[in-house]
Amino acid sequence: MGLLSCVTINNEWDIVKARQLGRECARDVGFSTVDQARIATAVSELARNIYLYTDSGQLCFEQISHTEQKGMTLVSLDDGPGMDDISQMMEDGYSTSGGLGTGLPGVKRLVDQFDIQSEKGKGTEIRAVKWTR
Amino acid sequence: MRIPILKLHNYLLISIQTEMDDNTAIQFQEDLLSEIHRTGASGVVIDLTSVDMIDSFIAKVLGDVVKMSNLMGAKVVLTGIQPPVAMTLIELGVHLQNVPTALDLEQGLLKLRQELGE
Repeated sequence: MGLLSCVTINNEWDIVKARQLGRECARDVGFSTVDQARIATAVSELARNIYLYTDSGQLCFEQISHTEQKGMTLVSLDDGPGMDDISQMMEDGYSTSGGLGTGLPGVKRLVDQFDIQSEKGKGTEIRAVKWTR
Repeated sequence: MRIPILKLHNYLLISIQTEMDDNTAIQFQEDLLSEIHRTGASGVVIDLTSVDMIDSFIAKVLGDVVKMSNLMGAKVVLTGIQPPVAMTLIELGVHLQNVPTALDLEQGLLKLRQELGE
């Protein structure tokens, strides 16, 4: 489909890198400034989860299109510990790290499609799709 | 990267103009509290006009620094939150309740004066 660009998340500066690349990609697709902020924020949350909970992972951005519509897919890939209970992770206010617990449910609200696959001991893959209006 | 903190009479003024990574945010928290302690400032304005994104971590750091400053006896007002940032924060689920805000620096200083009864 579209151009795929990735950032490897090893430390907290990579979170900023991912955020900037995500915003750049969103601008290229033609998202409004509000949607650019939504995407940059979603990227930041996903990247921080990789940084906090796994040794290393990747965030990738892909430009996509469907008939007249243009969009962008955010893919978060890690080989971390996986999630015990995805539904618990998706609850507002649930956090194991002393954060606000808004990360994943918040990201879901910021995008149009959201899908998590996680296997204990193997890792987690999150795909989030946002379409232009 | 450190965020400059300016003193104006009994106020401290901060304009955040850098892309905030986690370390910069935590460093800012420490720097602001020690500046309040050092100068005896009674009010603080943190201007976010140039900030184009606030995620849950930065929001937590900002919300915490407001509460920490209050504990020390200084009032803090956040100003200049841009429309896309306000929309994104609420959708994300971050409400920053009980954090005083104002439209811009000017309104922020007015609000501080009122709250401090000056």
